[in-house]
Amino acid sequence: MPISQTSVSLRRLFDEVGTVDQVGIEERVAKYATRSLKKKSKVFGLRLAVTMVDLTTLEGKDTPGKVASLCQKALVPHDMGDIPSTAAVCVYPSMVRHARKHVGGTQVKIASVATAFPSGQAPLKTRLAEVRAAVSDGADEIDMVINRGAFLSGEFGMMQDEIATVVEACGKATLKVILEVSELETYDNIRAASFLAMRVIRPNDFIKTSTGKTSSNATLGNNQVMLEAIRDHYLATGVPIAMKPAGGIRTAKQALQFLIAVKETLGDGWLNNRRYRFGASALLNDLVRQLEKERTGAYQAPWNFSEATEGY
Amino acid sequence: MSQRLHITKTPKCYVGGAFIRSESGRVTELKDASGQFFANIPQCTRKDLRNAVEAAAKAGPGWAKRSAFNRGQILYRLAEMIEARADEMAAALMLGGFPPAGAAREVTASVERIVHYAGWTDKYEQVLGSVNPVASAHFNFTVTEPMGIVGVIAPDDSPLLALISLVLPAITSGNCVVALASTTQPYPSILLGEMLATSDLPGGVVNLLTGFRSEMIPTFATHEHLRALSGVGNAEERKTLRLGAAESVKRVHLLKAEEPIDWFADQRQGVEEIRALVEFKTTWHPVGA
Amino acid sequence: MPKTLSKSKARVNPARELVFGDLWEYDPAPETADPKMKKKYDLFINGAFVPAKSGKYFPTINPANETKIADIALADAVDVDAACKVGQKAHTTVWGKMPGRERGKYLYRIARLLQDHAREFAIAETLDGGKPIKESRDFDVPMAAAHFFYHAGWADKLEFLSPGRQLAPHGVVGQVIPWNFPLLMLAWKIAPALAAGNCVVLKPAETTSITALKFGEICQEAGLPNGVVNIVSGAGETGAAVINHPLITKVAFTGSTEVGKLIMRSLAGTEKKMTMELGGKAANIVFDDAPLDQAVEGIVNGIFFNQGHVCCAGSRLLVQESVAEEVLAKLKRRMSVLRVGDPMDKNTDIGAINSREQLIKITELVKSGVAEGAELHQSACKLPARGFFFRPTVFTNVSMSHRIAREEIFGPVLSILTFRTPEEAVEKANNTAYGLSAGVWTDKGSRILKMSTLLKAGVVWANTYNKFDPTSPFGGYKESGFGREGGKQGLLDYLKVC
Repeated sequence: MPISQTSVSLRRLFDEVGTVDQVGIEERVAKYATRSLKKKSKVFGLRLAVTMVDLTTLEGKDTPGKVASLCQKALVPHDMGDIPSTAAVCVYPSMVRHARKHVGGTQVKIASVATAFPSGQAPLKTRLAEVRAAVSDGADEIDMVINRGAFLSGEFGMMQDEIATVVEACGKATLKVILEVSELETYDNIRAASFLAMRVIRPNDFIKTSTGKTSSNATLGNNQVMLEAIRDHYLATGVPIAMKPAGGIRTAKQALQFLIAVKETLGDGWLNNRRYRFGASALLNDLVRQLEKERTGAYQAPWNFSEATEGY
Repeated sequence: MSQRLHITKTPKCYVGGAFIRSESGRVTELKDASGQFFANIPQCTRKDLRNAVEAAAKAGPGWAKRSAFNRGQILYRLAEMIEARADEMAAALMLGGFPPAGAAREVTASVERIVHYAGWTDKYEQVLGSVNPVASAHFNFTVTEPMGIVGVIAPDDSPLLALISLVLPAITSGNCVVALASTTQPYPSILLGEMLATSDLPGGVVNLLTGFRSEMIPTFATHEHLRALSGVGNAEERKTLRLGAAESVKRVHLLKAEEPIDWFADQRQGVEEIRALVEFKTTWHPVGA
Repeated sequence: MPKTLSKSKARVNPARELVFGDLWEYDPAPETADPKMKKKYDLFINGAFVPAKSGKYFPTINPANETKIADIALADAVDVDAACKVGQKAHTTVWGKMPGRERGKYLYRIARLLQDHAREFAIAETLDGGKPIKESRDFDVPMAAAHFFYHAGWADKLEFLSPGRQLAPHGVVGQVIPWNFPLLMLAWKIAPALAAGNCVVLKPAETTSITALKFGEICQEAGLPNGVVNIVSGAGETGAAVINHPLITKVAFTGSTEVGKLIMRSLAGTEKKMTMELGGKAANIVFDDAPLDQAVEGIVNGIFFNQGHVCCAGSRLLVQESVAEEVLAKLKRRMSVLRVGDPMDKNTDIGAINSREQLIKITELVKSGVAEGAELHQSACKLPARGFFFRPTVFTNVSMSHRIAREEIFGPVLSILTFRTPEEAVEKANNTAYGLSAGVWTDKGSRILKMSTLLKAGVVWANTYNKFDPTSPFGGYKESGFGREGGKQGLLDYLKVC
């Protein structure tokens, strides 16, 4: 990648990719929350959301046993009601080989966070080694973090180079680039970082909001900024980039609002789990619970749906 | 020494910073209080009004753009100019029948009034404008702006104080004025024009016409470039002015000629007079990062 | 992929498009609560509902399906006279003498009751006027309540409106309101009038009387003294009777510039005070450094909010040449997900045109646009078979001389013009007899303030559009009217300065 190594001011980048008005975009996404989904369209949305979940556990206390039950849940989220599998399980690199025993060869993919998740503060060499190890253990998808420090100090070339080398290290694995939006802070920064990332990843690689390890995570606002960046990049280059909001999406209602944003911003082409994912754990329980409510007509008690693991 | 022949002054109207005769060439004989011929006063027409509006339109943007501080200095300078020539102005009023004490009072009050408005130029905005605490994530503020060119119809009596009381609130906020002076006692307005010319007020900001009300008022009413009408009229004149104003949704601010008006009263000056001749503009902007 | 720091030429690529299809359709989501509407509405005079003396009624229809909703009493001069007299009596015996803090408490009660009955009012507004339920529910009704709440607090603080001067109410004020925001315009008119100590005779628009008459029920429930608020329904003649009634000392009108001038003429021989909120043809100006997606959202909100039945609608889009193509592409894409249809459906973005008459007017002006050579772009959405609907419409290749660039269309029709420099934008924006509102979109702060100063309009929305608030004065320059509504400036228009 022919990328300049000199630092460039954020302002020049904004001039190039365009800016975002905070109040305006938040007004826009507030309208998604007023959409009213009934009957079939609600069930369709809930099922679609289930198929988009990257069912996640990212805890220091994770064990092969925990991962095994996570995989079971991903394959069969509920024993009744013909509920589809989730898109993937998402685990630390050390757990990839355990996950492989349970979901290898199924439609549930194995995603692994790598690159010194969540801070990314390790030598590049170490980060790349982690990626290669996860891939060779059987990870289908790699969730990396960008170098936020490089971005904020205008070292865009360095940030992009690092992503580009991770792309190479991924081989056939799909890459998800985590911007860690809470550390970028502004919508302008999120849009700009999205463009920098999108320019060095492959069609159907992802950009992703958050690690889930900081104070704020996916919101309708930063989801919208990234969807619009994906749209503009696609219209300009023909390269479709996929999107993954992660962290903080705990209820079915929230997930449906995120999907409405996809429907109204990117259209039908992104309403599938190749192009859109939810990084979540508790969410799946609520999706299943609401689907059961729709199926049975009765509001469901939470204890029929195993309680969420914490984290994202 | 032989007796020197007295040089008479040809009264001219002050329009666009220059002294003009009526384009019609018409004049009216002005007699002094004792009935002696004093001078020929221009009898302005609708075309003079049109020209005065053009002059005001030229001066307007520049005047409105002056800083409030600068407008205040200029108005104060105008008070200085009149104060210095107070006796001359008093004599002009006496010529029209004012008793000496009355003339002096009229001049003094006029100067005071100008000083009053000179002090308002950089304050009325703080009284009339506002920052509005809207419920959404926006910064919202209301400022005033001048309306543009204001047509002033001065009453026949109080030929100086009333004229000044009507003109000053308009120009304080950056409007320009085309005024029709007292028909029965026009000379003080002629003299006022000469004093304006020696003040720092840019030419065209205040334009003073003399002439017959019945000839001029219909044109004041219908001239679309005049954005507001301020002054005094009888019932018929008010109706004419308002009917004409309707055609271009002009702002109208009129007092009744048939009721006595105390031009010396405090109510005849102040921020409400300024308010009547400004527009309010509200601007919204999001507050975000 | 190499990147350059010039504005990317590839940002618009017409060859690729997104598909906004039917993969995931929203099911109908009709609002079903009971609006508690009557089949017949009488006039609200002196605290009671009374038939017109003539016994006449006129029908009001639902513009979304053309069916009759109710019969509305038709007030004539006799009824108006009765209303003005009881208004006068209420003013002299009760309302004008009541301490401000007591008047304020009535207004607080009204605000609260409007909130209690919010859903009913929203549904009634949508059924009678055609606006989408989400707008009546989320905007019109809450904003109406907010106006009463705001003005309630002013009632005992009027002396702060004009320091050093004595203030007095006018007496009975005559108010004539339009059909685009029936309840909200009522609130804009009645709340400040009552706070200032006036009594009111209000005439709602002919096609949208129901929420005004329902408001009479709120007045009863609030225990408002009889005669303080009087609602006389009818058409133009009823309105003329109100404004010309000798007991009316102040007239407040919101409507077209044409009718505003008519009123000014008919009141020319009187000393009645007036405020006029008239038409508009606002310029919404988009600079190339604007946050474009939000600008597009603002354009959509500016022209399609309430079917474009908004006097301050951003009906002329002035876009800087260098981004014109991109803005149009984004706008069309955004329009393709706007949902036009049943106003009672919670997912409807654009509802029904208020009346057949208005639909005909819009249609005629759009035809003139085509005939004059402008290029027409319309959403491909399906329209309901019955009712008055009009596709969201955008014209390009519009010049300033076209009728669609000069006349107020009052419908979902946008004319797009381009400009190159700020000066050209200002010149085009101000090249109109109207001066109600304007929009400016740019990332540059100093330019916003400069544009705001140069634009001859009473409201300037910078990086936003169609925002309203009870604290924010609203009203026009030039032929868009005079006087303000909202804020301390608006309230003072309901008082005499002595």
